[in-house]
Amino acid sequence: MLGALAAALSLENLLLALLGVIGGTIIGALPGLSATMAVAVLVPFTFTMDPSSGLIVLGAIYTGAIYGGAYSAILVNTPGTPAAIATSMDGFPMARRGDGDLAVTLSCLGSVVGGTVGALALLFLAPPLSQIALSFGPVEYFWLAIFGLSLIATLSRGATLLGLIGGAIGLILSCVGSAVVGGDVRYTFGQTSLLGGIPVIPALIGLYCVPVLIDMVIRPEAHLERRAETVRGFRFREAFGLMRRSKFNVIRSALIGTGVGIVPAAGGSVAGLVAYSEARRTARVPEAFGDGAPDGVIASEAANSATVGGGFVPTLVLGIPGTPPDAIILGALLVQGIRTGPQLFTQQADIVFTFTFGLLIATLLMLPTGLIIGRYAFRLIVSVPKTALAPAIAFLTVVGAFAIEANTFHVAIMVALGIFGWLVARIGLEPSPIVLGLILGPIAEAGFVQGWLIGGASGNRLGMFFGQPISIGIIAMTAITLASSGVFKRAVSQGNPE
Amino acid sequence: MKPFVKTTALATSLCVAALAAAAQEYPSQPVDYIIPYNPGGESDVTARFQEQFWRDVTGEDVVISYRPGAGGATAWASLGGFDPDGYTIMNVNFPHAILQPSIRDVGYQTEDVIPAYIFHYTPDAIVVRADSPYQTLQDLIDFANENPGALTFGGSGTNSANHLAAVRFGQMADVQVTYVPFGGSAPAMAAVLGGQIGAGMTYTTQGVRAGEQVRVLAIATEERLDIFPDVPTFTELGFDYVAGAYRGVTVPRDTPDAVRQQLSDIIAEINDIPEFGAQMEENGYVLVDVPHSEMADWIAARQADYAPGIEILRGN
Repeated sequence: MLGALAAALSLENLLLALLGVIGGTIIGALPGLSATMAVAVLVPFTFTMDPSSGLIVLGAIYTGAIYGGAYSAILVNTPGTPAAIATSMDGFPMARRGDGDLAVTLSCLGSVVGGTVGALALLFLAPPLSQIALSFGPVEYFWLAIFGLSLIATLSRGATLLGLIGGAIGLILSCVGSAVVGGDVRYTFGQTSLLGGIPVIPALIGLYCVPVLIDMVIRPEAHLERRAETVRGFRFREAFGLMRRSKFNVIRSALIGTGVGIVPAAGGSVAGLVAYSEARRTARVPEAFGDGAPDGVIASEAANSATVGGGFVPTLVLGIPGTPPDAIILGALLVQGIRTGPQLFTQQADIVFTFTFGLLIATLLMLPTGLIIGRYAFRLIVSVPKTALAPAIAFLTVVGAFAIEANTFHVAIMVALGIFGWLVARIGLEPSPIVLGLILGPIAEAGFVQGWLIGGASGNRLGMFFGQPISIGIIAMTAITLASSGVFKRAVSQGNPE
Repeated sequence: MKPFVKTTALATSLCVAALAAAAQEYPSQPVDYIIPYNPGGESDVTARFQEQFWRDVTGEDVVISYRPGAGGATAWASLGGFDPDGYTIMNVNFPHAILQPSIRDVGYQTEDVIPAYIFHYTPDAIVVRADSPYQTLQDLIDFANENPGALTFGGSGTNSANHLAAVRFGQMADVQVTYVPFGGSAPAMAAVLGGQIGAGMTYTTQGVRAGEQVRVLAIATEERLDIFPDVPTFTELGFDYVAGAYRGVTVPRDTPDAVRQQLSDIIAEINDIPEFGAQMEENGYVLVDVPHSEMADWIAARQADYAPGIEILRGN
């Protein structure tokens, strides 16, 4: 293992990790350009590299891109990647009141801690942790998705009915296209371009970013206020103090992120939201969440960065990719002649450990690079006049929506959902429940139908859904979330929210 | 004087040859290679294997991108929208591209996605967890006989190669099985490894990936494979069954024959590289070579082969 550490610390690998983190952070910060895309484009360049160096670059880009998503979430209210959805909930209110720089620094610190926890789990506990991934079958995914949907109650902060309406809209949108299980074609209205369903990233850009753009244009005031004229630096000391006071939140969120990352298909968005909702539930002043609570930013960022290391656990040990970027890296591994599986940790341990140390180093490098890039991003957004900012962001949204699959149809989806999102925001409907429904709907549906088929084959559907320990645990968590969010109380007195 | 004439003649002929080559030089710029699935699966991995050698063979780059959705149909339905110049090529899978349009309106016809070359197939394989009670295929068939419908087969997608294989296996062995579709080969294998599913109706490649965690009961090849010396073929076990997912490279329907032929030659040349072949075989893929000239016959043969299974899938 020490040899692997030395290999990861070679000048070449350190330089590659640094370049990867910088490149990844910038790509992740641009709305629409995602970690998946960054990794996919760079895979061929790694073919000629030594296997572990190639993997270090890919891992570093991935880590950087997941973190970079926080910038646009905080400064433009647009999660650059789905993983940053929860970051925008308190990050943007912080930026609004002039604390954008503090939020950026906090997101960096949170990501570094989260990423480190995830990478350490991968380093020391990968083979036993992979068993967690296997214990999640269709039924567990179904309940996990239901649990994720129950977070709408927490996130909608009193306006429960509106949150539910948003969630339902998201679920209906998720039904569009051909069903994974069964192949039935639904709500396509004869449009073959809709067969593949509503793509998540263009929907995300549309629902979050386009309303911000429209508001930028129709409102006279500046996008972000410039509170102090003096240069305040990183506000590192302040951020560090906040982190120390919230150490339980940081550690809990990092562990949630690692755990959710290990379960294939759940991913960063769910991790961020679960950690956020837990942070809110246990906070002394839960009401502050949504109005710029630093703990919200910390929780989301610590969790989503921890999914990077967590996601590599099933990818490397089982050959089952945890997230889309993992899947591309898995392909690159096979090209390099590396066989995934439990034996990877014994037979080709040097490569795995060099890669894991590389990931760890990349995470630590995120501290200086993230702080510096974040500072420039903040200054840029604050000082560029709206007349230049709005068209620049608008251009990026179009490029981002188009670039994923070079598909103009995705741009149309983005614009349509964007206008829809702006209109429903007038009546207080927020984008998060809609996006949550869109992301979790297919997971819930596939899990339910698969569970139903398997339960039918064994003649015990009831036991299939309600009789297994993990399912019961998730159902209990869902019940606790709903009870503590006061959804039952507020549903009665819906007339006067808050 | 003679050497001079000779040199001039040689130079001239070289020039002419070069010009002629330039006129039909393909590719003379990077080629976009679209994968109709999410990254990490068999279509992606084999394209990545090809990508390594593409530059050596053609002198140009190939750029891989993904357009997943509807089990491949999203990409194949969009193929007609690209310029038919050979600079957008797409991965295409069979039986998928025959099954889908014959069961539903999916926005394309098989004729729209005829490949220029079929370069490999992933043989069907029945895979169980290493600690499963089924030691042999017969154990599995016996269980299915005694408990109709209780045996669950996990596979990738609906109306896919795995789905058709499950249906055909049920017919051949005269047993009733429950096919459970997943959103890809990897999640289906996860359910096999997790014990939520009785057996995987999947590909040899997944058996390689899962390594010692699984036991492969039978594979649908003509001969045993070097990577699985102890695994019998269906033929050995008395079933006349050689099948799997065939993958090829296709271009828009109106692409000129000359370009199709050149693309076919390029893919053939990559298939001939020993290093490429070794990489493919190690991972469970079986190389096949169906060039442009033989494609029409090959497609017709597949259509006839799949027809009985399609009837059953239609009825579902």
